[in-house]
Amino acid sequence: MSDIGFVRTEMLPEKDPPASEVGVIGWVRHNLFSSWLNAILTVLSIGAIYYVLSGVLPWIFQSVWNADSLSECREIMKGTWESTHGHACWGVIRERWLQLLFGFYPNHLYWRPILALVLLLAALSPILFSDKVSSKMLILTTAYPFIMPFLMWGGTIWGPVCAALGFVIGFLIIKHAAAAIGELWAMIAGVVAALIWWFILAGPVAGALSSVLPIGIEAVQSRQFGGFMLAIMLGVVAIGVSLPIGIVLALGRQSDLIIVKYICVGFIEFIRGVPLITLLFVASLLLNIFLPPGTNFDIILRVMIMMTLFSAAYMAEVIRGGLAALPRGQYEGADSLGLNYWQAQRLIIMPQALKISIPGIVSTFIGIFKDTTLVSIIGLFDVIGLASAIRADTAWNGIYWELFAFIAVLFFVVCFSMSRYSMYLERKLKTDHR
Amino acid sequence: MSELMSDRAIDRSKMQVSDEVAIEITNMNKWYGSFHVLRDINLTVNQGERIVIAGPSGSGKSTLIRCLNALEEHQQGKIVVDGTELSNDLKNIDKIRSEVGMVFQHFNLFPHLTILENCTLAPIWVRKTPKKEAEERAMHFLEKVKIPEQAHKYPGMLSGGQQQRVAIARSLCMMPRIMLFDEPTSALDPEMIKEVLDTMIELAEEGMTMLCVTHEMGFARQVANRVIFMDAGQIVEQNEPEEFFNNPKSDRTKLFLSQILGH
Repeated sequence: MSDIGFVRTEMLPEKDPPASEVGVIGWVRHNLFSSWLNAILTVLSIGAIYYVLSGVLPWIFQSVWNADSLSECREIMKGTWESTHGHACWGVIRERWLQLLFGFYPNHLYWRPILALVLLLAALSPILFSDKVSSKMLILTTAYPFIMPFLMWGGTIWGPVCAALGFVIGFLIIKHAAAAIGELWAMIAGVVAALIWWFILAGPVAGALSSVLPIGIEAVQSRQFGGFMLAIMLGVVAIGVSLPIGIVLALGRQSDLIIVKYICVGFIEFIRGVPLITLLFVASLLLNIFLPPGTNFDIILRVMIMMTLFSAAYMAEVIRGGLAALPRGQYEGADSLGLNYWQAQRLIIMPQALKISIPGIVSTFIGIFKDTTLVSIIGLFDVIGLASAIRADTAWNGIYWELFAFIAVLFFVVCFSMSRYSMYLERKLKTDHR
Repeated sequence: MSELMSDRAIDRSKMQVSDEVAIEITNMNKWYGSFHVLRDINLTVNQGERIVIAGPSGSGKSTLIRCLNALEEHQQGKIVVDGTELSNDLKNIDKIRSEVGMVFQHFNLFPHLTILENCTLAPIWVRKTPKKEAEERAMHFLEKVKIPEQAHKYPGMLSGGQQQRVAIARSLCMMPRIMLFDEPTSALDPEMIKEVLDTMIELAEEGMTMLCVTHEMGFARQVANRVIFMDAGQIVEQNEPEEFFNNPKSDRTKLFLSQILGH
């Protein structure tokens, strides 16, 4: 054979790509018309999108805003477009939007839920955007669980203050008794002291204080709560409290302590095996039978507890998935450095397990937030309950789409924000180049 | 394999074995369920010794060194590490773990923390070292393993060899008296093995007590003062490296050496 040796002495320069590969034409070719099948699907999809939009857009935009009843709406529609079909009657939203948002909350006190919402966003900011917001804001986050009920329900300020005092008492005992009687006993003593305070002492003390020093704002009854405000309240509490409970349950389920383990398993499996609506019925009807007569256990509080427990059971399973996905080496790495169980969980295991579980956790959050609408069935006037009430009004009897479209938009805005935030968080926490 | 190290003369001035006992194992037995993994292990390691543990896979060598910091529990016998007996007392276990460094086959770095945070975490939380001091010490050890410039990156951005050197630095930040190596080079690409072995040699030169489970027989020949051969959960033979490689006594050892050095 002849000489096959070859050495390149000059490297070839780059050439421009052909026009079919770049620019608008290249993009359209690649993404819409890359094959015959693809081209047909593209044309069909464009047709379908056109068909839907040509129906929906006129319904939304060729609509009646200034009407006080459905019949008035229909007359205006007939006068303008000669047909009542295919046009929305937004008059109902214009007239009732405040009620849909706040339920029967007194009009002159609307500033209180609005302030509570603003404070909520401020209290969440140091948690959600820990790299951009000063950690000093965490003081507000800590205080918020006591500010929120005070703003929403009003009444004497000493109730929330005494509730907060229970935490302070527990914390101080745990902190100072640990040296004397050991961490475990200090923990138990702290919890017991706090429970005694809340269930026995806090009520009379708060009563005495408010009679001596009556500071407070106008009280609002639970039955006046409603609308989207109620959904946000229930959702925020269920989400905020279920995450820590879920973490504890997930850890408990993996625990070597057999009793702790089976209590956690039993709780999770029981709650997950029962529809939320039954739990809500238990909260609204059965609980009153078991509680001593004369106990005033607020219905909204009962619903909050049930939704939190429900959400926590799901949360525990989602987090368990994250824990299971962690390689054993992470536990061994932490152990080999001498970190104790809680340090390892807090610094090594949980940050990673929670990061892995973000999509599942946020799905659970979104799910429980939408499930708050189920409270309409046990007689609370959330948005769905109010929509039924509005339709029962003779002026708006027969209206459906507009109300539910409005409710859908409200929920979509919140749920979509949560979903986008979770994607932002996943990107932010990504630490490898894969 | 020994050619990996041939370019480096080893400074033996500080590699001295003292009379002080670092680890003492007496009549130790361990079972996985009904399977007897470690049988009647008796081993005394003095301060400053560099021991290589070799043996076929499944012989219990990893299990043995993992028992030394209680990553695995032993059921019978006594293990005393640096004067503290390993028992079920969590306080003792945490004390021993903070005195004994461990390097794993798969590094086990914490992927959500930067290299620097990986190195400062345990000193800050376990030893209660002030943050600034812990960071200075971490930088000192990262310089020693020759990757200070990576301090603010995450483990996922580093090569395998670099990650293993970080893992060594992370252990050293706890100022351990004893270092355990569990197949530190087995998960590495061939061209990265050398950088990790070089780091280990430097450590040996400073007089660190080391127990290494490894298949790097070149390293054993040059650095170890004792090679232990294990099979079926028992210590079959132990000797100085020269004797061990040139004049093995047991048939099992001969077979193993011919398999591992034969090609």
